[in-house]
Amino acid sequence: MARPRPEPVQVIKQRRDAALNALVQGVPYIRFLGVAFDRRGDELTAIMPYDDKLIGNPLLPALHGGATAAFLEITAIIGLSWGMLWEEIESGAFDPEAIVGGALPRLPKTIDFTVDYLRSGLPRDAYARAQVNRSGRRYASVHVEAWQDNRGRPFAQATGHFLMPRRDG
Amino acid sequence: MSDQKSKIAKQFMEAIPHSRALGMRLTHVGEGRADIEMDYDARFIGDPETGVIHGGAISALMDTCCGAAAMSHPASPGGTATIDLRIDYMRPATPGQMIRAQAECYHITRSVAFVRARATDDDDTLPVATATGTFTVEGK
Repeated sequence: MARPRPEPVQVIKQRRDAALNALVQGVPYIRFLGVAFDRRGDELTAIMPYDDKLIGNPLLPALHGGATAAFLEITAIIGLSWGMLWEEIESGAFDPEAIVGGALPRLPKTIDFTVDYLRSGLPRDAYARAQVNRSGRRYASVHVEAWQDNRGRPFAQATGHFLMPRRDG
Repeated sequence: MSDQKSKIAKQFMEAIPHSRALGMRLTHVGEGRADIEMDYDARFIGDPETGVIHGGAISALMDTCCGAAAMSHPASPGGTATIDLRIDYMRPATPGQMIRAQAECYHITRSVAFVRARATDDDDTLPVATATGTFTVEGK
């Protein structure tokens, strides 16, 4: 009686997906690489579908280290932003409709980013997940792992530090 | 001999689909050094509010430039792959300006090439980013 009835699941899902979609589609370079995000609750998986323009070594062939690095950095930044937004959306402090309407939140800025290339990137789709190891008021540290066919055999991993956007209030 | 190698490296660079997609131009390569330019492009924007290029595009430029420097070292038989690459972002690149990366392979063993690089825009007094990386040394 004290607790208000929860909103229908479709309404919640639609709102979260619309906010995520607006966040991702707002960044031109994410569109350029064709990176998309799959959401399960608050967990995101980034997907970089194979494209010929991602190739770095045409003889093997293998994905370009730069495409892999960009994919990991995109996953880290969106993962970090999404974690930040999620809390604000759930607490009602941030209106997801505003993002959909084009008022994108300020994104974290990369301070440094280190990529380990574990094995060569095959000419297939790639997946990645970010883990935010620390997210403070000013700085954040994020680890990302990317894999292709086999989740247990990552082909690249990265750690980056980010400067968090100033938040009002 | 060295000229021949530079020519091969240049052709190889132009045959890299991802570097071509980003419009990279190799302006110098040889003796363990490489310079690559990349024009500003609205498709490469990472921060829609400011129009600043995405760090990922800078990473691709740095990785390509470092790889080219490693391959062009006199002690390298030809091929290479990135083992690890760290990039430090000093400041946002000024929107609208071309980015130029300069890489130097400062040490090479039979198995590993050690490379560092810096990227600048029109103001070359303070780099936009610096990179350090290790690359494999492979036969072609």
